[in-house]
Amino acid sequence: MKFWPLLWSSLRRRKARTTFTLLSIVVAFVLFSYLAAVRVAFSAGVDVAGADRLFTTHKTSIIQPLPSSYQDQIARVPGVVLVTHASWFGGIYQDANKGFQGVFQGPVDPVGYLKMYPEFKVSDDQRKAWMEDREGVLVGETTAKRYGWKIGDRVPINGTFWRKKDRSTIWEFNIRGIYTGGKGVDTTQFLFHYDYFDEARELGQGIVGWYMVRIDDPKNTTAISKAIDAIFENSPAETKTVTEKALAQGFADQIGDIGAIIQWILAAVFFTLLLVTGNTIAQSVRERTNELAVLKTVGFSDATTLGLVLAESGLLAILGGGIGLGLGVMAVGAGDPTGGFLPIFYFPTKDLVLGVALVFLLGIVAGLLPAVQAMRLRIVDALRRA
Amino acid sequence: MAETLVRVRDVRKTFFRGGERIEVLQGLDVDVAQGEFLALMGPSGSGKSTLLNLIGGLDRPTGGSIRVGDVEVSSLSGGKLTAWRARHVGFVFQMYNLLPGLTAERNVELPLLLTSLSRARRRQQVATALSLVGLTDRARHYPRQLSGGQEQRVGIARAIVTDPTLLLCDEPTGDLDRKSGDEVLELLQALHRDQGKTVIMVTHDPHAAERADRIVHLDKGVLVGAAA
Repeated sequence: MKFWPLLWSSLRRRKARTTFTLLSIVVAFVLFSYLAAVRVAFSAGVDVAGADRLFTTHKTSIIQPLPSSYQDQIARVPGVVLVTHASWFGGIYQDANKGFQGVFQGPVDPVGYLKMYPEFKVSDDQRKAWMEDREGVLVGETTAKRYGWKIGDRVPINGTFWRKKDRSTIWEFNIRGIYTGGKGVDTTQFLFHYDYFDEARELGQGIVGWYMVRIDDPKNTTAISKAIDAIFENSPAETKTVTEKALAQGFADQIGDIGAIIQWILAAVFFTLLLVTGNTIAQSVRERTNELAVLKTVGFSDATTLGLVLAESGLLAILGGGIGLGLGVMAVGAGDPTGGFLPIFYFPTKDLVLGVALVFLLGIVAGLLPAVQAMRLRIVDALRRA
Repeated sequence: MAETLVRVRDVRKTFFRGGERIEVLQGLDVDVAQGEFLALMGPSGSGKSTLLNLIGGLDRPTGGSIRVGDVEVSSLSGGKLTAWRARHVGFVFQMYNLLPGLTAERNVELPLLLTSLSRARRRQQVATALSLVGLTDRARHYPRQLSGGQEQRVGIARAIVTDPTLLLCDEPTGDLDRKSGDEVLELLQALHRDQGKTVIMVTHDPHAAERADRIVHLDKGVLVGAAA
């Protein structure tokens, strides 16, 4: 701490330059935090996917429906513990700009769905209320907060694809429950009764979108998947059964290797940052050749001089990186910036740790060369130059 | 007869500049007694600053021996030489060489940062050094807020704050007007007289050199005469 005034005065020597360098570090670390959250958003499905959950979809595409009668046949496959289903609804709340189409709206079997996803936390009262109301909805807390919904609200949704038998496209639901979930759990879903939906819809009775299957042991994944698909081979609606992880990975891959793209962007940003910070410290050391010579004259050793310059570089990195990571945490904490398309959006702890490590790495690498130069400085030469 | 503090024997210093060999010091012998105030005079390039740097351990001689007290300075390794310098030598520069971002007291404190003294003890020593140079009221001022003479006095306070054995001054009045220069010289004389400091001062100025107990003249790297 006794060297603090010396360090601080060095950074304050060229205030504008230090400020701009600091800002570039802050921006880089805000970007790092945000992109880490985006990467998670695209890969979260893969990371949190249950190892014991399979997805059975139409062999051609997930948008092709399957008969609801498949449920019992799948349930009879040895090793299958639980089967439930979901379908795609794709409605609009108020107007298309509200982003509700980005929320998964699913007609589901309430009992089976909550058994399948125990990570969805809902109070017993609300669970019961949802089960008992055929027009009831269980909605994730993120979506409820976003649209200002509370228990008891009646919410009209405009079905863009599904019409009711009276040819109306307006489906009205009652908010009966709001579920929560831990980090990595999608708390945006809008879940309602399949029975109500199936009876009320104009067309398509008896079909579902896909099946979720819980198995007894993840080691049996391949055998059970094959067994399920074998049942429906050569039928009008053949199936394809994959793990939940593989399905999520498939969706992520349709967009591209987001993780790799983000890594390359960050690599470019940090390389530039390294040059900017390194240049700032190098310039600062060059301008202070005389001062460093004076310090050595009064007894600062080579090692102390090296440490001083590294500490200066480290201080700059810690200040900028700290502020940047702090702002990043706050920005990511403010939630999904896309309005619902990235339902799982958070700054993972491991990326925060990586960020802190990058801060220290930046401080050391950016300051190393100028620090070595300062260490090797010959007092007599430096004083003569001055 | 006072004991010899600095003993320079057959010291040579050679530089190479642009492939040319320059013999700055050519087998110099000089002694400085404990508590003496010595002025080193000579034209530019005569080797007086080089000699000062060698005695202070800022540079190494090409040959010969420099002994300060019991220590053979010319044979000390890098780390030991730095530690010895910090403990035994105070430097005063022509251009003051204060750190512009630090106040006067922080500048004076710099050599003490390397010691194990507590903050309170450091503060006390800084206050003493500043009071010796008559700048107690300027402790919180930055160098830009001080006159040249005041800056040089802060430089002297920094040089004496560790209570060194030897005070080496390289043209300490070279950048000052006559009045400020006289004040600085009086201060150096007072440190020599009252505190018993051994002072070696490089100067061009005969008026400044008159303050010394003894004047040594250098020309082209050799001693050309001495005056008491």
